[in-house]
Parts: sequence; C-alpha cells; structure tokens
Amino acid sequence: MAARVKLPTILRTHTDGRAAVEADGGTVGEVLLDLEARHPGVTRTILTDDGAGLHRFVNVYVNGEDVRYGGGLGAHVADGDTISILPAVAGG
Amino acid sequence: MTGDASAPTRRFTQDEVVRYARHIILPQIGGDGQRRLLESSVLCIGAGGLGSPIAMYLAAAGVGRLGVVDFDRVDLTNLQRQILHGTSDVGRPKVASAADTLRELNPGIEVEPHDTVLTSENAMDILGRYDLVIDGSDNFPVRYLVNDATQFLGTPLVYGSIYQFEGQVTVFLPGDAGPCYRCLFPQPPPPGSVPNCAEAGVFGVLPGIVGSIQATEAIKMITGVGDPLVGRLLIFDALEMDFTTVKIKRDPECPVCGDRPTVTELIDYDLFCGVPSGAVPAEAEDGVPTTVGGQR
Repeated sequence: MAARVKLPTILRTHTDGRAAVEADGGTVGEVLLDLEARHPGVTRTILTDDGAGLHRFVNVYVNGEDVRYGGGLGAHVADGDTISILPAVAGG
Repeated sequence: MTGDASAPTRRFTQDEVVRYARHIILPQIGGDGQRRLLESSVLCIGAGGLGSPIAMYLAAAGVGRLGVVDFDRVDLTNLQRQILHGTSDVGRPKVASAADTLRELNPGIEVEPHDTVLTSENAMDILGRYDLVIDGSDNFPVRYLVNDATQFLGTPLVYGSIYQFEGQVTVFLPGDAGPCYRCLFPQPPPPGSVPNCAEAGVFGVLPGIVGSIQATEAIKMITGVGDPLVGRLLIFDALEMDFTTVKIKRDPECPVCGDRPTVTELIDYDLFCGVPSGAVPAEAEDGVPTTVGGQR
C-alpha cells in the first residue's frame, strides 16, 4: 500500500529535492522503513538511534493526525494516506 | 481583550475615524473591534524577520500599546528580509530602529522598546505587562522560555517559526482549551543539529508571509473575529506554495500544561536545550546570534 510522504526542506537532500515521495507499508514504522530503503539517510533525524521510536523534536502526522497520540510507529496507514514529517525549527 | 469582554467605550478622535476607516466599515471589525485594538497591548518577541511584519501590521492596525523586545543591533545581512530596518539603521539597536519605523507608521499608538536579552529573570515581568505575546524569536531556549512564561501568566501566545523556505504558525491558549509549545515539541533538537538562518540561509520573503499570518491571528484574537489557529498548526511551504494544517493536542503528560505539571516556574533554558550554560548573547560577524538568549 502506497502512502504519500511530505518532507520538509531539510530532508529533501535525500530525495533529490522532491517535496513528496511514495513509500509502502501498513504502519508508520513500515512506511519509514521503506522510505529509508528508497532514500538512504532520510529517517536519520526522524527515528531514534535504535530505530524503535520517534525523536521528540520531530512529529509525524497521518492525514493531519499526530501519530504520537495514536499508535506511534504502529499507527495504521492506508493506501493513499498522506504522511507529513514536521521537525522543530526555531528561525525567526 | 477579546470579543467576549464587555464592549469597549473609548471615543475615537477625528484622525482615528479616518485612519481606521477601512477597519471600521468592516462589519466583522466595526467600531467595537477597532476600539478593542486601540485598548489592547501586545508584546512582539524579536525585531527581526518575523518581528518586522508582525510589529508593522499591529502598529498599522492600531494596537494601542506595542512592545518589542530584542537585544541585537541591525546588520547589513538583516536587510534582505527585516523590513523594520533601513540601510541607515545598520549598527543601531534593533528596538530603536523598530520604534522609529513603528512611530512613523502610527504616531497614535504607544511603542515600548525593550533593548534587552529575554531571560528567566526578566521574562515574567516583561511579558506580564501585555495582553498577548507573539513569538518571532530565533532560537529554542527563548521559544521554550516564552512558552512557559505565557502558560504561567495565562497569556495567549501566537507562535511562528521559519526555516529556509518553510514556516509554522499556531496559537497557544493557556488553560484546558489547547496545547502548548511543549506539547507540540516536547524536546528541542540537539544543539547544532539544526542550522540557523546564518548557516542555512532563509528565503527573504518567507518571514513576511509567516509573520503576517501571526499578525492576522493576533488581530483576530483581539477583535474576537473568526476561528483562531488553536489546536491546529499551519505549515507553509513556499517552494511548493503549499499550506497544510495538522491537528495538535494538549498532552496530558506535558510538564507545563499537563494534568500533573512538574515545571511550575521558569527554568534554565540553556541547560534544557543542551546549550552551554551562561552563554552570553553574542553577535556573529554577520549579525546572527550564534548563542542563545537572544531574539530577533
């Protein structure tokens, strides 16, 4: 099942500048694993070093819902879902 | 401050009737909304990229008392985006330059420059003098400091931040209604992992858009019109010209606004953000602070 993953500028160095890419998986964790396989290095700032969790300064949304409040990496992903990656930034 | 308060009674001067005519004829704003603006007080954290459109639009809109806090001085590299300042202002304190611009825009309001570093020692005093706070700072320690102080004070906070071509905006409303910045991002990224504007660059018009959205939310809050950006985070991508809204929720485990708060007073935010403690706000050669405690 393919999801559309929207990436912030800071991660687009891993996707040849593309703002959104496709990745497969039935959960957020699976989608991120596939994303990493397709674009090596892209999940380094999203996942903790052991790959078991999300960093607390990066949020992941499935169709606008924060997965931290709904299953984390185990959150269900359906075909056609949009996953947004949002890192904390502080510029002003 | 907001629309549910009792109707303001202030009488307009002749000049005010003309100056604010385009607001007053809007049914949603009207005379009452404009009076609320004139009777309101707002503090803008930073007189930089975001602070420029924020402060200028709030001054133009007639926010009666407008504070601006910044410790920095105007640098030539700022002028690509920080439209509060002009070429002849290079080297001047940003708040002095800002005050001149804002008073020229609207001499009928009170402009309060705070030429200081915002710290855990002075934040409650400075922020406590205003009805609403808008964050246009440029570093994590000040963002967490401003969040915590507004939560303790019960003051609404209009948050905005930018990076290269992207921006984020939301409104944090203290109390049970909404989340706070710590609910959105419980921890800052490790120091050095996210480059600042000086290192990564910033699209000059980006803060103009994001800051204008912050000013929009502030004016909505003050006049009580529309649906504020509470519990929703707006993500703007200038390259894709894409606006995305995601839901953000109050975290019951939040150390500041959660059910069992563990942080009940301001802390050492340099330490919290993993930055060397006691770092003195320095100006980098290009005028962008490389240390914490500043706001621009």
